[in-house]
Amino acid sequence: MKFGMMKPRIMKLRFNVLLGGLLLAAMPLAVAQTGMLNVPRTVEAGSAFSIPTSGSGKAVLYIVGPAQVLRREVKLGETVSFAAGDLHNAGHYLALLVGGSGTENGAFDVVASHPASLSFLAKPSRLPVDLQNGISGVVYVFDTFRNLVIAPSEVTFQLSGVAGAGQARTVTTRDGVAWTKLNSATKEGAAQFIARDGGISATRVIQQVPGDPCRLRMNARLSNQKLGDPKLANQKLTDHRPAQQRLTLETEPVRDCGGNAVPDGTIVTFKEIYKDGEATVDVPVKRGVARTEMPAYPGATISVATGVVMGNEIRWK
Amino acid sequence: MLAFVLAVATLVLIVIGTIWPGPSAVAMAGAGADLLRASSTPEAAVNNLAHEIAQNAWERAYSNLANKNEFSEPDFVHDLTGGYSSLRTYATLDTFEVRPLHATDNEAQMQLRLRWSTVLGTFADTRQLRVVNTGGRWQVVWPLVKEPRVPPQVIAVNYLRWDVIYRGPEDDWGAQDVEAPHVRIVDMHPVERAEGVVLLGEVLNEDVVPAYVNVKATLLGKNGAAIATEDSFDKISHVLLPKQVTPFLIAFRKVELSQVDSVKMEPSSTLIAASADPVIEIEDQKLNPPPGATFTGKLVNQSGQVVNVVHVLGTFYDSSGQLVWVADQYIDRALLPQIPESFAIPLPADLARKVSSQRAVTTTYTSGQFQ
Repeated sequence: MKFGMMKPRIMKLRFNVLLGGLLLAAMPLAVAQTGMLNVPRTVEAGSAFSIPTSGSGKAVLYIVGPAQVLRREVKLGETVSFAAGDLHNAGHYLALLVGGSGTENGAFDVVASHPASLSFLAKPSRLPVDLQNGISGVVYVFDTFRNLVIAPSEVTFQLSGVAGAGQARTVTTRDGVAWTKLNSATKEGAAQFIARDGGISATRVIQQVPGDPCRLRMNARLSNQKLGDPKLANQKLTDHRPAQQRLTLETEPVRDCGGNAVPDGTIVTFKEIYKDGEATVDVPVKRGVARTEMPAYPGATISVATGVVMGNEIRWK
Repeated sequence: MLAFVLAVATLVLIVIGTIWPGPSAVAMAGAGADLLRASSTPEAAVNNLAHEIAQNAWERAYSNLANKNEFSEPDFVHDLTGGYSSLRTYATLDTFEVRPLHATDNEAQMQLRLRWSTVLGTFADTRQLRVVNTGGRWQVVWPLVKEPRVPPQVIAVNYLRWDVIYRGPEDDWGAQDVEAPHVRIVDMHPVERAEGVVLLGEVLNEDVVPAYVNVKATLLGKNGAAIATEDSFDKISHVLLPKQVTPFLIAFRKVELSQVDSVKMEPSSTLIAASADPVIEIEDQKLNPPPGATFTGKLVNQSGQVVNVVHVLGTFYDSSGQLVWVADQYIDRALLPQIPESFAIPLPADLARKVSSQRAVTTTYTSGQFQ
């Protein structure tokens, strides 16, 4: 249904563009043969405007521009009025008045209206804390009709929402675009990244996450030293292995070099090397620490690591 | 004339194959018991049992066992297909081999090697069978491997998972989407093997969110043209939790290292919903020297859920810490909470001599859940 309705429109647009193209092609010839039409130099997109004509008789006025062609039957000597919203695409337009005695022409620019919306590209949406110039913001300023507003305007970028002073920077748009780079905060958290131009604004959320773990440390103790642990009680029910002492290995709260706790789910690898082999286990950090159990072999060396960061080593006696 | 001879020969072979089919063909064709030979010898008894297993004729196979008073038919079926859903549950018997080890008039020792086929490749199940002569009829004494059962209980789990809300179609083009996880290749090493060039490496998820990773590589020739493009397929742990490292192996068949000028690596990552459970401990890891070099160990599921399929990836390093080889194995039985399951990853003999240390990681698949 929709496609069926669209087809005549597309055909009409194609016809108009073809007509416009032919008229543009004929322009040099028309200019050579005829006089100038009295048109305004610039028209704000979407605003009303008029074009006076002279002489007598009937003529046809063509307004040809990017993606838009208007055709009006006019009586020469009258002023042709265009209502607000008739021309809304910014760009360079040609006006051609084709009558029985010849052709008059003129050219004018439709310029973008006042800023009405911002397209705000903020990258990345997630980055480590304390990264210099790590956050980039680019703003494209558009008017109501989605024309790029190329007139310079002041855009303020503001990064706030995490502990410490926020950052703000004001940039003047150049050809409709303003951009900046900001540092990520030293504390983790979601920051509001706001771009503002006059009364309009756009907001993005930048998640500032902890960096690589720093000073990873663990401690070990015999599992039976901690009584009443429900997990251990479960293990007794299900463990079919021969009775063997187990070690509980637990890291200290895992933090980055700025003291931010690494998020739960970060994988910490425990490795135990003993006389006849070795054991490893990848454990996710839960509630700030990674905790697991491994066999207790006298003389075993136990190490801990996460990603490419090594932690301390324990020799179990 | 030649065409006529070939046509006649083909017809003759078809007739021979139909009238006197091979044992494996009989088994795979699902032919009935009529084609089975009488169990008048130990070999025939084991062959018949293997045929019945291939045909999933569990009742007949069980009824012909000499020790069926020791266990029930479901126990026998669970021994072969797994009590919990696992690779065995969906496996079909591809081939089998029977090897006599020792025989007397009343008793024989036989080895039955069953080769099962699954969507993830094949696995072998070798059983040493005792076959006894009972009144002129040979019967197999089945060495039942009873799958342990987990007693009913409640295991409290501090559940941790990530969910993702992606950008919607209605969002403005400037609206940001969730950032893809940042992953990094931390090690890469090409190796020339008889079958072609193999790229080995390791990928680190350096982000704070889970990633679905894949690694694609393109070999470039001396003139800059691409020789071949491959990816790591299943020789990688695709789901990487934050700060987790996985090995990868990319094989380029029929390519020589001398042809290669450079390699273009393309690691890709996608943010996915994932769970941090289950936690798998890998105990008793050992490198067993050649001949028959293997990397063995035991997997212990520290969580409370039954894991249906476990994929073990081993990364092997030489004495200088350089990556030497990556190998893997799928475990054919389900991994039950706290019940160790052994694995043995074979290593090429020539490379095994260079290996001085190793690292193992696991990927788990639980029915109804990815990761």
